[in-house]
Amino acid sequence: MKYHSEPIKKSPRIPKLIEVLYKDLPEIEADRAILLTESYRQTEGEPMVTRRAKAFVHILDQIPITIREDELIVGSATKKPRGCQVFPEFSFTWLEDEFDTVSKRSADPFYISEETKQSLHTVYQYWKGKTTSELATSYMAPETLKAIEHNIFTPGNYFYNGVGHVTVKYWEVLKIGYRGIKEKAQKELDACQPGDADYAKRTHFLQAVIMSCDAVCRYANRYADLAEQLADQCMDAQRKAELLQIAANCRHVPEYGADSFYEACQSFWFVQMLLQIESSGHSISPGRFDQYMYPYYEKDLREGKLTVEQAQEYMDCIWVKLNDLNKVRDAASAEGFAGYSLFQNLIAGGQNTKGVDVTNDLSFLSIEASMHVALPQPSLSVRVWNGSPNEFLLKAAELTRTGIGLPAYYNDEVIIPALMNRGLTLEDARDYNIIGCVEPQKAGKTEGWHDAAFFNMCRVLELVFSNGMDHGEQIGIPTGDVTQMQTFEEFFEAYQKQMCYMISLLVNADNAIDVAHSELCPLPYESSMVDDCIKRGKTVQEGGAVYNFTGPQGFGIANVTDSMMVIKKLVFEEKKLSMAELKEAMDANFGQGISSEQAQKVTASVVKELLTAGKKVTEEQIAKIFLMALHTEVSAEQKAYYERICSMIEAVPKYGNDLEEPDGMAREVAYTYTRPMEQFKNPRGGIFQAGLYPVSANVPLGQQTGATPDGRLAHTPVADGVGPMAGRDTHGPTATANSVAKLDHGIASNGTLFNQKFHPSALKGQQGLQNFVSLIRTFFDKKGMHMQFNVVSKEVLLDAQNHPENYKTLVVRVAGYSALFTTLSRSLQDDIISRTEQGSL
Amino acid sequence: MKENRQVTGRIFDIQRYSIHDGPGIRTLVFLKGCVLRCRWCCNPESQEFQVQTMRIEGKEKKIGRDVTVEEVMEEIQKDSRYYERSGGGITLSGGEALCQPEFAKALLQECKEAGFHTAIESTACVPYSVIETILPYLDLYLLDIKHRNSDKHREFTGKSNTLILENAKRLALEAKELVIRVPVIPTFNDTIEEIREIAEFAAALPNVKKLHLLPYHRLGQDKYSGLGRSYLLDGYVPFTEEDLKPLILEAEKTGLCCQIGG
Repeated sequence: MKYHSEPIKKSPRIPKLIEVLYKDLPEIEADRAILLTESYRQTEGEPMVTRRAKAFVHILDQIPITIREDELIVGSATKKPRGCQVFPEFSFTWLEDEFDTVSKRSADPFYISEETKQSLHTVYQYWKGKTTSELATSYMAPETLKAIEHNIFTPGNYFYNGVGHVTVKYWEVLKIGYRGIKEKAQKELDACQPGDADYAKRTHFLQAVIMSCDAVCRYANRYADLAEQLADQCMDAQRKAELLQIAANCRHVPEYGADSFYEACQSFWFVQMLLQIESSGHSISPGRFDQYMYPYYEKDLREGKLTVEQAQEYMDCIWVKLNDLNKVRDAASAEGFAGYSLFQNLIAGGQNTKGVDVTNDLSFLSIEASMHVALPQPSLSVRVWNGSPNEFLLKAAELTRTGIGLPAYYNDEVIIPALMNRGLTLEDARDYNIIGCVEPQKAGKTEGWHDAAFFNMCRVLELVFSNGMDHGEQIGIPTGDVTQMQTFEEFFEAYQKQMCYMISLLVNADNAIDVAHSELCPLPYESSMVDDCIKRGKTVQEGGAVYNFTGPQGFGIANVTDSMMVIKKLVFEEKKLSMAELKEAMDANFGQGISSEQAQKVTASVVKELLTAGKKVTEEQIAKIFLMALHTEVSAEQKAYYERICSMIEAVPKYGNDLEEPDGMAREVAYTYTRPMEQFKNPRGGIFQAGLYPVSANVPLGQQTGATPDGRLAHTPVADGVGPMAGRDTHGPTATANSVAKLDHGIASNGTLFNQKFHPSALKGQQGLQNFVSLIRTFFDKKGMHMQFNVVSKEVLLDAQNHPENYKTLVVRVAGYSALFTTLSRSLQDDIISRTEQGSL
Repeated sequence: MKENRQVTGRIFDIQRYSIHDGPGIRTLVFLKGCVLRCRWCCNPESQEFQVQTMRIEGKEKKIGRDVTVEEVMEEIQKDSRYYERSGGGITLSGGEALCQPEFAKALLQECKEAGFHTAIESTACVPYSVIETILPYLDLYLLDIKHRNSDKHREFTGKSNTLILENAKRLALEAKELVIRVPVIPTFNDTIEEIREIAEFAAALPNVKKLHLLPYHRLGQDKYSGLGRSYLLDGYVPFTEEDLKPLILEAEKTGLCCQIGG
């Protein structure tokens, strides 16, 4: 097959669109929240799915619309570029609490006007006691709430927000339009019999779908009207023609099927944007754009109605628009998902349901578009398998070389069997795409609940050392006094038990939230585009999807592995260090002094002990203990002692160096998370499946983690992804990749994440690109699942920290996504800089 | 071969994912000991055959260890799939690998038997009879020609270039592939005339088609003080791509295919 792999000239329109987008700090807008609340006030007492549909209708009929300068693809969720709406139905108190700090915080600041604050304040009065987050809390077990409070895991994502994390049937909207979808719903509705057991729910759901479809069509027509008005006033003949074409497009799609590639692009965009008006969930992922758009491209090209350059311009416009959508998160979550990221994952290449490679021109144009716009969205991914054309991977590598951290590479050969193991058919598994960061699923059939929580495996290790206690409270189960343990196996078993217990609490949290969403925030619009909701007569939130999963992600494998190696080698095999000595060294943060946070923890333990012993403790005494803990001086002698311990720890073989023993340990450590997980079920009739990746939470959640036996200091970042701890892999990228490949990626079917950082010199020239492609191919031969890269020199990043004004559009890879470097918090910037750099001279 | 596996040699490093010394993804094995004492040498710890101690970032590190071919092969095998995918293999570097000819030969032979592409990065400043022993197991010879003028060569490297140039002529006829490399060093050979002379010599060699210009860099500088030696090229700034442009244009006039870096 011959592909269009050549570079395509960038339209002068694109830099203009980008400039408009990034001129100002993004702003919070109140329109959606106001309209939503107006509608809710009028629909009290009606079925929830009806109320949701009516609110959606009210919003789409009334929300201000705008067409930005020079746009060819229209439809904006906010008046201002890169603005965001808010979603009080999920949670709101955090935003109210942060009204005065949200514009000044280090991660993802947003401007908010006094007027907006006032409107939101008014709106919020209504929502007290009515949010999914409040309902979820009331559904959780008391021990779960405690574990969350102690940061063992955080289910924050869906606790405070919509779920998102879906790829809908874009292709169906392109083909039959909402008129067609509405007809399908009507047909089902007509078949409903009053005597049916599910008549009540089914009919209301189907009516909600019909209402939503109609609202979307009216909304598009509002854009058509606006475009005509603007055309009327427009003096520039070319722009006038463009506006009239936009009007014609919006009259026709998404109500009807698309007749041209341009219409298909516009139709796609309405779907993509409106899903994010209905609910605040992020990671609404376009998926296999190159596949469902191809028929329109191919036909127009063949009939001479379209040039490749025009197709590229439309796609570039969509790429820019994907960065126009935005989302405000609470300050803590903003750290965990830093970089204004929406994780709209778009994937190119790969095979079709028959196992034939279907890389096409649009796969290449997708990569070209990311080169043209050089922005974080979409999160571009490519599928790789033995049948992937080399020229496609070279083109992808060229994009990697630009340093924006895109694309991410995914291995069909691991993901397809992993999905089949979870019950997908062979055809569906072959047709997978990626949601959000790294989570594979079958589009249009899945409610994957990917990204369901962050689970910090290092905190569980801490609990083993404290026999389940944390800050003086019993959080975990008692697993025994570590200093009394006689064998490594005994210690490892204690860790497994503590993990199993904490995982069960995590499941409890996720299921509570899941139920809250199904009861309070069913999403009829989204459900109209996911099989088999219309047939089953229920929303995805209620189990309407064909495949249902819950995928919470664990992280800290490298630290737990290296810790286990230290315990196994130094404590049990070589007996160089007793468990008590190791525990003491960790409490003392290896002689590096302790922070006030650590001192608080020590104080709490001491106070608790005193209380348990039946002694009374006054506030004054507590203050004294705290000061003592904080100012414990470390003598030179003690320093030397801790240094000896640290060098012993350093000498123990580490994960990430292609060594059998630590790599085998890593596999077992990963199993302590992935294996118990698959035993649990969710309320939508599906199962839990583990992911292994931290997004960017390894930094903020590392700050809540004490020193670990591997020598990691208290409150410093935990290792990122499934990779080794930063700086501990010293044998080059192939050794690191070999180590990572030795994990069982197949069982982590919610995705694994492997970052590598390269110096730009490693990708120099055609040979550099080819070697890089070979590296990926080999990692995938060895059953690695995912790989992504930062190709930017340390010098550049350091300079960007010092002179952010010169690097406003420097995009780097963070975790499962890319973000603007200068918008990240300092600690996350430092984490990226400290990752091991491969292939430097 | 069984007897090959037990041959021992002295190395000071094995570097995986090397992509600048031969095609594809390669593993570099650094053998200890060298005949030359190039002032710019970025691996000064490679020069002496004895095991040495070097201070790196405040810590003492032992440089040099004796290993069997079998042990090295174990390490090399770890990346075999990468070589297959990329058309890569192994490269012997140093020091001068041919200072340990039995070890070099045994290692190369083992690699060939394992199906790997083999290369050597060498001064060729050894008797041709030694070079001959490895040629049957070698796919690529990366030969340094540092200068045409014997006196200047001696001044900067400690040895005359006569033997090297003689060996180059025979290698051109007998090596499977020969690539000439020129470390471009300030005050030594960075003029257009000097590069032209080397390029003309290389172009006149039968079968030689490629010339690599390797720009001087200072990455080895700290190692000199770590070994208690002084760095004679102190104060020179690495070249920019612009600096090298006239040199590469000059070299290209000979009809050779020239590139900067390996």
